Amino acid sequence: MNRFWKSALAASAIVLLSTTASFAAKTDLVLGIVLEPPHLDPTAGAATAIGEVVYANVFEGLTRIDAKGQVLPALAESWTVSEDGKVYTFKLHKDVKFHDGTAFDAQDVKFSLDRARDEKSTNPQKPLFASIDTVEVVDPLTVKITLKQPNGDFLYNMGWAAAVIVAPESADTNKEKPVGTGPFKLDNWAKGSQITISKNPAYWGKPVALDKAIFRIIPDPAAATAALLAGDVQAFPVFPSYEAVPQFQADPRFKVVIGTTEGETVLGMNNQKPPFDNLKVRQAITHAIDRKALIDGALFGLGTPIGSFFPPHHPAYIDLTGESAYDPALAKKLLAEAGHPDGFKTTLKLPPPVYARRGGEIIAAELREIGIEAEIIPVEWAQWLEQVFKGRDYDMTIVSHTEPNDLNIFARDNYYFNYNSPAFRDVIKQIEATSDTAKRTELYQQAQKILAADVPAAFLFQLPKTGIWDAKVEGLWENGPIPANDLTAVKWAE
Amino acid sequence: MLNYISKRVLIGILTLLAASIVVFIMLEIVPGDPARLMLGMNATEDAVQALQQQMGLDQPLLTRYFSWIGGLLVGDFGKSYTYSVPVLNLITERIAVSLPLALISLFLSTIIAIPVGLFSAARRGTLADSGTMGIAQIGVAIPNFWFALLLVYVFAVTLRLVPAGGFPGWNAGLWAGFKSLILPSIALGLPQAAILARVTRSALLDVLGEDYIRTARAKGLSRRKVLYRHALRNALIPILTILGLQFAFLLAGTIIIENVFYLPGLGRLVFQAITQRDLIVVEGVVMLLVATVILVNLLVDLSYALVDPRLRGRS
Repeated sequence: MNRFWKSALAASAIVLLSTTASFAAKTDLVLGIVLEPPHLDPTAGAATAIGEVVYANVFEGLTRIDAKGQVLPALAESWTVSEDGKVYTFKLHKDVKFHDGTAFDAQDVKFSLDRARDEKSTNPQKPLFASIDTVEVVDPLTVKITLKQPNGDFLYNMGWAAAVIVAPESADTNKEKPVGTGPFKLDNWAKGSQITISKNPAYWGKPVALDKAIFRIIPDPAAATAALLAGDVQAFPVFPSYEAVPQFQADPRFKVVIGTTEGETVLGMNNQKPPFDNLKVRQAITHAIDRKALIDGALFGLGTPIGSFFPPHHPAYIDLTGESAYDPALAKKLLAEAGHPDGFKTTLKLPPPVYARRGGEIIAAELREIGIEAEIIPVEWAQWLEQVFKGRDYDMTIVSHTEPNDLNIFARDNYYFNYNSPAFRDVIKQIEATSDTAKRTELYQQAQKILAADVPAAFLFQLPKTGIWDAKVEGLWENGPIPANDLTAVKWAE
Repeated sequence: MLNYISKRVLIGILTLLAASIVVFIMLEIVPGDPARLMLGMNATEDAVQALQQQMGLDQPLLTRYFSWIGGLLVGDFGKSYTYSVPVLNLITERIAVSLPLALISLFLSTIIAIPVGLFSAARRGTLADSGTMGIAQIGVAIPNFWFALLLVYVFAVTLRLVPAGGFPGWNAGLWAGFKSLILPSIALGLPQAAILARVTRSALLDVLGEDYIRTARAKGLSRRKVLYRHALRNALIPILTILGLQFAFLLAGTIIIENVFYLPGLGRLVFQAITQRDLIVVEGVVMLLVATVILVNLLVDLSYALVDPRLRGRS
């Protein structure tokens, strides 16, 4: 055999070997996330980045929220609800173990829920547990929870990341070394760099397909684009650069999935501070805003307009954008009727996200058209929480309310909108006490209408979830009903 | 000499003390509460208060300052509010990235800049001189994040020779760690080299105009020998000054490059700590940087004496 044939044979052998190797599907995945979680305990911090790493992967609750936002059983395999809607009896899965080997039982459920609602609790979602009266251990696999009053959201609430079940042995160290019952356990956290989780071989439920997942922290939008293009990360479930999306849509190596989130984005107004205490002024402002131009400019066309404070993907949603359609002439007329024919000067405080900073500039320009001069004041999150949210020291602000099921913020005392409507509060109270779906839908729609009419804030758009991942990756969530990167169904196509 | 050093050390300690007070007060008046930030918009008031208590934020200002300073004296930098791990651990993890990065960039900058400066100075006024200095001028003007992105698109996205960013950790092997620092150190080092080359050239030209250079040439030394033996050594003082400044910048001021390459360095730690109001981390890093700058300045001053024998007697 001459030299040529020898090398040709060797080359084909190599090709053959490498193609055989690629038949076996990959079992590891590198995901990009924008913000690093401050720690990994969802019962002690509100940062969405915590849920994005640990929800459904490391920690589990009695129930869980799925990709569609529905409530599914998790550590509780089933439950019964008493006639009066006040007593929930949960039947727990057996043979469940925490990652450190300790057994899971009803005592852990009691411990977790009592800890969350304790006086000294630092749970970020303490209101979720406010309706609980007592938690009793009936037997090791049965828990009875009695509520103070019926709560139609209770099973949903138990599916939040802040309601996951933790063990007394590890609760205090979960921030650093999270110990849950989930299908993945923490391997390593290289601070500032990446978090690695790996398959939990002792998992009680359906085993996951991935052996290992790495969450790599990439805060810069240009770096995120480069990391995907270079193949350093294979999925970016919440991609930070709207303008780079078309580039990926045109590239067959990637799948681009634009989904919805629970992020109702609003132009908040201080309802008790003149001139915003005047309904006509608030109406004028909503009619001055062109939602389409706003979405095109701030989000590169990727958001959905909203006319009230309710997510468009919810079955009870009604489209009320017509009530506050873009109409500068009407806006000017309303402003004149309110006693401000020449407009007025005000301020607009903008937190860091790009939707707020870019959106704020567009809105300020649109308000200028009807004579309102809004001075833009950029603020950091810490400042925003201190001044706008807690201090209520602001005129207008833009923020996305990303918590699920948060219509009730407009019924809260001393919430930053300073909005107080007894009619709205009454509807919210009824919703909380109702579990019948048809009745709830009707009440939700009533609530949406009240807000659209009262304009406590200008309702702008529902924040999109721009997911980009390798075309061969399957099972990642399309929408973001809660902040999570649930990897339980994720696998590489063969 | 010893007297000189001890005086400098004393000044250094006083500077550190002053810095600690300024940093502490400055961060106290910045609006924002780490506990509220941690718990977010749905938190109840009692939960925020419970967390403030856990973090020790309910203590009066002076108590907190003295317990922090007391800790620093025994090497205890305190515990991070957000990460809830010792600040010193966080800092040492980040230094493992930032220090090698700064050193490689500085090395790169020096080995490029000094030969280029010598080359240009020796050919003053020629096309070669204006050509290299023109390139150096571009190097000074190019924003380093833009240059970094360009490097990423060429070497990581298109050629796929190196990763686009990230740091695998030194545990993953010396080469893997080094590989991830190649592009960042080029992006950092080249603009620094451009500055240093211009400084080297003008320092050399200053020296070349001195009388003793003419004397050396008159003695019959070649142009080249004069340049290396007499001019370079005497031009080293401004070069060392710039190098000292560059090192301090490279250690802490690299936040933009760290973001582009998503490296877990000191710059990003401080940035993140500021946005999360993790004040104790910010304070710790700032103190460390102040100490580094003082130390580097001291070393630069001492090296003047090494370079210039006349300075040795003066102290």
